[in-house]
Amino acid sequence: MYALVDGNNFYVSCERVFRPALQGRPVIVLSNNDGCAISRSNEAKELGIAMGAPWFQIQQDPSLRDAGILALSANFCLYGDMSNRMMSIAAGLGPEQEIYSIDESFVGVAGVRDLTRRARTVRDRILQWTGLPCGIGIGATKTLAKLANHVAKSADRRPGSYPAEFARVANLAELPASDLDAVLAATKLGEVWGIGRRIGAQLQAEGLHSALDVARLDAAMVRRRWSVVLERTVRELQGQPCIAFEDVAPAKKEIACTRSFGRPITALHDLVEAVSEFAARAAEKLRRQASNAGQVLVFVHTSPFRRQDRQYSKSITVPLRRPTADTALLTASAVRGLHAIYQPGYKLAKAGVMLLDLQDAQVEQGELDLDDPGADRGRLMAAVDAINVRHGRGAVKLASVGTAGSARRWTMRQDLRTPDYTTRWSDLPQARA
Amino acid sequence: MSSVAEPCAELLPLHLPMVEGKIPAGFPSPADDFLVKRLDLNELLITHPQATFFWRVAGESMREAGIFNNDILVVNRALMPRHGCIVVAQVDGDFTVKRLHKRSGRVKLVPANPTFPEITFREGQQLIICGVVIASIKQFSA
Repeated sequence: MYALVDGNNFYVSCERVFRPALQGRPVIVLSNNDGCAISRSNEAKELGIAMGAPWFQIQQDPSLRDAGILALSANFCLYGDMSNRMMSIAAGLGPEQEIYSIDESFVGVAGVRDLTRRARTVRDRILQWTGLPCGIGIGATKTLAKLANHVAKSADRRPGSYPAEFARVANLAELPASDLDAVLAATKLGEVWGIGRRIGAQLQAEGLHSALDVARLDAAMVRRRWSVVLERTVRELQGQPCIAFEDVAPAKKEIACTRSFGRPITALHDLVEAVSEFAARAAEKLRRQASNAGQVLVFVHTSPFRRQDRQYSKSITVPLRRPTADTALLTASAVRGLHAIYQPGYKLAKAGVMLLDLQDAQVEQGELDLDDPGADRGRLMAAVDAINVRHGRGAVKLASVGTAGSARRWTMRQDLRTPDYTTRWSDLPQARA
Repeated sequence: MSSVAEPCAELLPLHLPMVEGKIPAGFPSPADDFLVKRLDLNELLITHPQATFFWRVAGESMREAGIFNNDILVVNRALMPRHGCIVVAQVDGDFTVKRLHKRSGRVKLVPANPTFPEITFREGQQLIICGVVIASIKQFSA
């Protein structure tokens, strides 16, 4: 039995907690580099602004000119902190929690008594304690919990789409089979978790339309005709849990840090700064999951959207003699790779570093040591990580990342950012006295 | 009787208290029995970490309550706002800090400075309280 707790229009809702004047207005939050809409208030959704709509397109749309849309740059410092708070309160719903994304978590609720009332209490508590509205869906499987969450949100936002009793908190697991079927029948199959656009189109071509149609398929047949992944979805809709509960996120098999630049970059030294920063961040994530990397991949490319620019795209993989999580060694390899692929005269729009061939740091591969293996800098890395946690990211860093901070030429555009209300003393919201 | 020795079922474990701390030689510390945690401001002020936020005071209307311009308010959103509490509230799209007056069905926000007006609410108007102020932090330049 699972609950899915999901914040409503999460990024926008976070901004509204600290700027109440944004309530009731069409507000959107833009992705890194102020590129496209990644969160929309209900008012913005009603204006027809789609998820992922490019900002420049919205700005140029004549029908939206007088709509009073307010756009804000993404403020992940704020969203991360608000997410922690929400997740911590949601954890009180049941004995185990799997944090799925910044605004969604599954909570295992098997054996929890008085579940619907408890879920309402948790929903109200999240709103009271953090100011964030959310929806809670409960079902026998994760897929049904996700569907229930969709029902809870729709019933709240569009009265009449589902029975009013499902608004905000929808417990499908306590429904008799016929009532659950009615809910599935009222839900388009594209809303089911795991059914994307492609599979959805294929199913519709077969004459299937609702989630109930999919739930009624024979699972074995689905496995033969489509995939084991879709079979799992069908079984889950039928009430059989197939998707494992992961309360500890599995270690990643590769770690990437990539960014688009705020403006086109041509100079090598700016790229060296950027690539050094990406390597350092990736190395931090690597150490956090206690892995070593055996290879470093570096890439740069121009913008495919700027067709007037000469196009250039190159990548290189640098193998390491010995798997490592040492920032200096990884950065040195990344920068060496960059030197090998860099060509002057191109307006580069994006670069990235990927750490590949990850291995458990506990397991050391024996090898024939022909020269001095060098001092083990694991303790140095641990000390650097601890300092950066305490004093803020980048408190201790390699010189090649540059010292100009956010003034570096390649940092992303974030022209419309709100203050770090909960993570910087100088940015506290004001209360008029 | 078996020739192989068997564990004795009736043996009970004997629990001996373990002494905390090393005693290489000399005297154990007389403070060992009294060791507790050092005083922590977070423990004093923050009972609901997920629900605690800080606001910066801008203005003079709460001076007589000991809240001054530029103080940091520690606000707990989890507490029930009661008559006489100091609260942070939303008024006209902005945050304000005032004392809550809630008696016989009437609600108003009262300043702690006679030169400032009360904030009253007409029929249908909603008072939105963000949280209860549990402390005001004043820092002196040193």
